[in-house]
Amino acid sequence: MMIPENLKYTRSHEWVKTEADGTVSVGVTFHAQEQLGDVVFIQNPEVGRQVKRGEECGVIESVKAAADIYAPLSGEVVAANQEVADKPERVNQDPYAAWMFRIKPDRPAELAALLDAAAYQKLAESEKH
Amino acid sequence: MLIFERSRPGRRNSGQMPAAPGAAGAIPERYLRTKPPLLPEASELDVVRHYTGLSHKNYSIDTHFYPLGSCTMKYNPRASNALAMLPQFLARHPAAPDDTGQGFLACLFELQEMLRAMSGMAQVSLAPMAGAQGEFAGVAMIRAYHDSRGDAARREILVPDAAHGTNPASAVMCGYAVREIATDTDGNVDTAALKVAVGPRTAGLMLTNPSTLGVFERHILEIEKAVHAAGGLLYYDGANLNAILGKVKPGDMGFDVIHINLHKTFSTPHGGGGPGAGPVGVNDRLAPFLPLPLVAESKGEYRLLSEADRPLSIGRLGAQLGNAGVLLRAYVYMRMLGAEGMKRVAEFSTLNANYLMAELRKAGFEIAFPLRRASHEFIVTLKRLKEENGVTALDVAKRLLDKGFHAPTTYFPLLVPECLLIEPTETESKQTLDAFVAAMKEILGEARSVPQLLKTAPHATPVRRLDEVRAAREPDLTWKPVNSER
Repeated sequence: MMIPENLKYTRSHEWVKTEADGTVSVGVTFHAQEQLGDVVFIQNPEVGRQVKRGEECGVIESVKAAADIYAPLSGEVVAANQEVADKPERVNQDPYAAWMFRIKPDRPAELAALLDAAAYQKLAESEKH
Repeated sequence: MLIFERSRPGRRNSGQMPAAPGAAGAIPERYLRTKPPLLPEASELDVVRHYTGLSHKNYSIDTHFYPLGSCTMKYNPRASNALAMLPQFLARHPAAPDDTGQGFLACLFELQEMLRAMSGMAQVSLAPMAGAQGEFAGVAMIRAYHDSRGDAARREILVPDAAHGTNPASAVMCGYAVREIATDTDGNVDTAALKVAVGPRTAGLMLTNPSTLGVFERHILEIEKAVHAAGGLLYYDGANLNAILGKVKPGDMGFDVIHINLHKTFSTPHGGGGPGAGPVGVNDRLAPFLPLPLVAESKGEYRLLSEADRPLSIGRLGAQLGNAGVLLRAYVYMRMLGAEGMKRVAEFSTLNANYLMAELRKAGFEIAFPLRRASHEFIVTLKRLKEENGVTALDVAKRLLDKGFHAPTTYFPLLVPECLLIEPTETESKQTLDAFVAAMKEILGEARSVPQLLKTAPHATPVRRLDEVRAAREPDLTWKPVNSER
């Protein structure tokens, strides 16, 4: 299972990467896209929207299922990745490059509450068996 | 091939009969077309052959066992349809005055009364024209009730994560936020999670019982107490009513509002693309808000109630009273079944489901909730088959088509990985169920010995494996002429 060490994770299978400018990129994990199967549709939150940690802010659909994307941190949505919305197969091809949106966090301390790679691996494995 | 591709310029219905020019009548010339519309030109025979040919390629309840879980694809007696199609019903104008439609209104009034008795609710409205519209009406009544008391703080509807997707959608349509409640390992609502979520913000809880996991909610009375104690209302999604018909009444479980899918349980085929009917039943406290029109009876005379009779009604959901044809079929079917027949529907639908579940388990399939008795449907999980042989629920479903069976529901509910949701219904015989088990057993053998056969299935259908991913990513839904001169 692919779980990069340098990222943070949520229990709802988003990955979170801190960028150089202090914003965070959000996508879904390898495990999530594997469970969903071929992704056919992505709806990102609008840029400028204020989101709260844990709030539903996007949708990801595959041929099998539709799932909500939850904001991993509170803050303002400062970018949405149109390229991934246009080509949802990117999520299957390279889930950790296919960021969906970026948040400028209000409370960077929330980042510490997210799972690290080891904790996420445990979670994903417990769901598999 | 599409009917458009059979089109030949100038070909028409009339064949050798002289062509009669169309009469545009009194339409002013400036509104008349100058070019004919881009419609297929075909003879009557072309059209009959085309559509009859398509129907032969189809899987239907008339031709195949159709165990599509959560859809209740049972056989609907021809008699229901024949009687609903009597010319006296068909030719009646929906806007005709009540006094010329007493027979029609009497049937609908009695249908209201039978649904009331069956569900244990105080009053029933036949107005909603589909399950989703019934849900909308139900949640709108919950909202109207809280609004009428000035209770504006209730902004949330609780929905178990096993629910049909329409439940959260209906709640959002009525302006509510949705809060999801987890399921415990036995397939019941997680009551600890429910008690954390329920409170002064709770407008109501939407529940399907038996649930989409095919089990009866064991904690229903505890759930009822928790939600009502917090001031919320209980909504019963009638999707799985077939299993409890004549046995348990939603009203007795403490529900305040219910919708009933007549096009599942009561003699209109489900999944046929409509029309449907989603009557709503309520207890006394929600009765003033019922959608209009309602049918009332006084001294043997029937009339439709309007806003003047029910000023607090949430209003009308369409121009007329529901889908008359579907309502009449339900009426005839319920009259034929009677109270005794309804009990037998519940008994045989659960008996068939439990028999099929036991036989499939014997055949080597893994049951998702092995310790629970099935209601009218049950779930097989192919998680292990996927891990060991790389064969998925989709592959098994496709291979079933080759064996002459419509596939069960796949990948729903989402909670169970690689699942098949199987609902045999009460109208299937033991011989049909045994044939299905034999086919499933063969498929399991193939999955172990020649998995590739399943990965590329179906092999015996008019079209082979369809590219569902490409269809979703690049939908191409409009026929375009290759070189149209028009």
